[in-house]
Amino acid sequence: MQITVTVNGQPYTGDVEPRLLLVHFLRDGLGLTGTHWGCDTSNCGACVVHVDGTPVKSCTALAVMCDGHEVTTVEGLERDGDLDAVQKGFAECHGLQCGFCTPGMMLTARWLLDRDPDPDEARIREAVSGQLCRCTGYENIVRAVRWAARHEAARAGAGTEARAGTGDGAAGGTREGTGP
Amino acid sequence: MTAETTDTTANATDTTATDTETGATATPMGFGRMHRKEDARFIRGRGNYVDDVRLPGMLHGAILRSPHAHARILSVDASAAEAHPGVKAVITGETLAGMDLAWMPTLSGDVQAVLATDKVRFQGQEVAFVVAEDPYTARDALELIEVDYEPLEPVIDARRALDEGAPVIRDDVEGRTGNHIFDWEAGDREQTDAIFERAEVTVAQDMLYPRVHPAPLETCGAVADFDRVTGKLTVWCPTQAPHAHRTLYALVAGLPEHKIRVISPDVGGGFGGKVGIYPGYVCAIVGSIATGRPVKWMEDRSENLMSTAFARDYHMRGEIAATRDGKVLAIRVKVLADHGAFNGTAQPTKFPAGFFGVFTGSYDIRAAHCEVTGVHTNKAPGGVAYACSFRITEAVYLVERMMDVLACELDADPAELRMKNLIRPERFPYTSPTGWEYDSGDYPRALRLALDMVEYDKLRAEQAERRRDGGPLLGIGISFFTEAVGAGPRKHMDILGLGMADGAELRVHPTGKAVLRVSCQSQGQGHETTFAQIVAAELGVSPDDVEVVHGDTDQTPFGLGTYGSRSTPVSGAATAIVARKVRERARLVAAAMLEASPDDLEWSVSEAGGRWSVQGSAEHGRTIQEIAMAAHSNLELPEGVEGHLDAVTVYNPPNLTYPFGAYVCVVDVDPGTGQVKVRRFVAVDDCGVRINPMIVEGQIHGGLADGIGMALMQLMAFDEDGNHLGASFMDYLLPTSMECPSWELGETVTPSPHHPVGAKGVGESATVGSPAAVVNAVLDALRPYGVRHADMPLTPANVWSALQGTPIRTDLAVT
Repeated sequence: MQITVTVNGQPYTGDVEPRLLLVHFLRDGLGLTGTHWGCDTSNCGACVVHVDGTPVKSCTALAVMCDGHEVTTVEGLERDGDLDAVQKGFAECHGLQCGFCTPGMMLTARWLLDRDPDPDEARIREAVSGQLCRCTGYENIVRAVRWAARHEAARAGAGTEARAGTGDGAAGGTREGTGP
Repeated sequence: MTAETTDTTANATDTTATDTETGATATPMGFGRMHRKEDARFIRGRGNYVDDVRLPGMLHGAILRSPHAHARILSVDASAAEAHPGVKAVITGETLAGMDLAWMPTLSGDVQAVLATDKVRFQGQEVAFVVAEDPYTARDALELIEVDYEPLEPVIDARRALDEGAPVIRDDVEGRTGNHIFDWEAGDREQTDAIFERAEVTVAQDMLYPRVHPAPLETCGAVADFDRVTGKLTVWCPTQAPHAHRTLYALVAGLPEHKIRVISPDVGGGFGGKVGIYPGYVCAIVGSIATGRPVKWMEDRSENLMSTAFARDYHMRGEIAATRDGKVLAIRVKVLADHGAFNGTAQPTKFPAGFFGVFTGSYDIRAAHCEVTGVHTNKAPGGVAYACSFRITEAVYLVERMMDVLACELDADPAELRMKNLIRPERFPYTSPTGWEYDSGDYPRALRLALDMVEYDKLRAEQAERRRDGGPLLGIGISFFTEAVGAGPRKHMDILGLGMADGAELRVHPTGKAVLRVSCQSQGQGHETTFAQIVAAELGVSPDDVEVVHGDTDQTPFGLGTYGSRSTPVSGAATAIVARKVRERARLVAAAMLEASPDDLEWSVSEAGGRWSVQGSAEHGRTIQEIAMAAHSNLELPEGVEGHLDAVTVYNPPNLTYPFGAYVCVVDVDPGTGQVKVRRFVAVDDCGVRINPMIVEGQIHGGLADGIGMALMQLMAFDEDGNHLGASFMDYLLPTSMECPSWELGETVTPSPHHPVGAKGVGESATVGSPAAVVNAVLDALRPYGVRHADMPLTPANVWSALQGTPIRTDLAVT
């Protein structure tokens, strides 16, 4: 089947087998190997990507289901050489060890912060509860997301002040709606 | 020298937005909370795991597996699969038999079928291998292979494996008439039995440490690339022991060892499950040799859980003899060890039960004896594969459960009972009754700290109140563990004849930047950071100026790899020693530069870096960078001084190191549903000197989560036909963020006297120590109901059954 999928802002058109999983389309078709595969059964979340801004387990979605949709992978988190606050938070707080769950964890964290810029520990734990990490015991993942939230808030505060002078009233600190 | 600090940041409310609160500030050189170098690639999705390896012309393999636990293979017809479009080769046991590759040696001196020829001996065993243009086609073709099986009666219950008339699993071994593998014992039986006969109090308890799987998030896989022109075989696979793999491939396949290169790229978690060689690796190699193209094989999650290394499966009976006032006098243990269909445990040759011999734990016990019997069952091979430090997990669980059983019998407080029996600090170095020499420790200090942190007395008061007034049950569980990690010494410890010593090589470039090459292999432990810090501290350079190379046998010196918490105790020691060799070479060059005698120079490290200078005349000195440039220059060096600063070493540990810790777990149990909620977990660890405390704490966090998983959730049971009932993450439950509390860590520091920087290793401590704390907490909660023991995992069903007076067997399906 011919599909057109926008991945990290770049449209891709091509023929795929109807049964091709989204994770394999991304990894093998587009060479975006930052999205990992871990379990087949939607339990581990190593394969989480955003489809139209919502976290989706790409091992349980078909590539053809994404025809006409926008996909964001871990490779799309960094913008113009600037790491996302979530990426920085994971490195700052030792939120990763082997790095295998990390892309999926960061994408879920990004989604959470887009909706709740100041999540408490319980909210963060709930948000990543559909994903497994075998290394960190989750402690530093929680800290990493809190770090990202605080830094985005600080940056948004600074940004709002700066923008106040120019009359730009757009909310800072969230990327909801900006889309890939 | 001891120091004591507590880190209760786990409880701190994180309200400020400063970077410093993570504590992970970069240090100019040496030890400390430095951010990890490897994170730059991982947070960008730029890691390079085995499944990310893509080679031109690469084919894909898939394995056909047995649906039966025990069956005779009558025929294998692969013709339809071979004719399937896109299929390049189908390899069967018969194909391999023609190459003398149908069987391969295991790490315990047994053999294992690569692809079955005569029988299948566990569900999920490898039967055929398809090589095709893409992975979907390879999987399709598996469906076209016709295998005619004659099902045989399986041996599933380890306790029936030695029964008269039990089916003989290993009839491939000539003369084998039963399922017995080995008997092994340690300690002094006579002395122990004599104490038991006279003892005021004895207690006994049967317990199972169930079969579990480490389930790293990345499964196993390989890319094999055999170059027909050069004869060079390159294998990418996520192995924890690349050099051991290379040597084994040479021995198995008859390929010359210098023509084999094993590359272990980024590894998505190992925990022991990636030590051994799996049939899929050999199949990928054969596939590449057969087709002349690179072949990738990646197992799926069910294959991973069903066929790669399991861990534990120890059926234990523990007994303790004590005085009425709670002094433990002797301990004895009988173990029935389920090793599965092939004896494939990865452990030093002289230790068929691993290091289970340290089962006297952290206590000063006069006499001890254990005997272990290994048996075959129709289950997957493995046995030492889950952050267990060669079976110390089982040993710690045994002795820590027994201490609580004794406390129950004596109606004693479990904390006081432990405090009374802990080895006193003045007894170190301490020789245990089974012959282990514990290097250093201050056990009472660690236990006191843990009890203080958790506010033990207050919790006991709350528990008493709960028991009086009703409501959810509160349980407090303690575990005190001693680990023995960092194998060798090589005269006692080898795997398949390969001594457990590891090399390190340090090159210092003319500008003073360094490249360290080590034989150990990170699976997430942060070696690229930690080992750079060791070099940095020794040479007085920035860790940013040290590149760590690992995981490639063509680029690193020989060594046995990373498992049993051996990286820091062995390769970390090798790193410090090789850096000191470089420093000594630098002294000679500096002496020539300064026109002084080497004996008159002194080494110092200041904020400006490391330098050799004339004693008492600091201005007459040269930095390590200046010395490195001079060592490569036309400076005339004294006779016998080679020039350059590069050095090589091999570290053969004089002893194991013995990290220890005191853990306290607090649980709430709902008596109506059997649901357990871990309320708090306090972990005080002493792993000697901490090179990067941030990484150490991360290692502990992960191990604590493992403990909760094993104690409460992770279940690998089998039904009577040998069907694996935990073969996906829907059935084999792993702890999520919801089951884990916010960990509360404390530390004491008792350096290892023989390790060059006093470090002890920590990778497995928490996995070893924590399950007993969780189980003891749950059983402490259930004590008013007269429950003295129930086996892991303490699922709601199991806890509820225990409350009804009938704990269930967790290794077999309830039928």
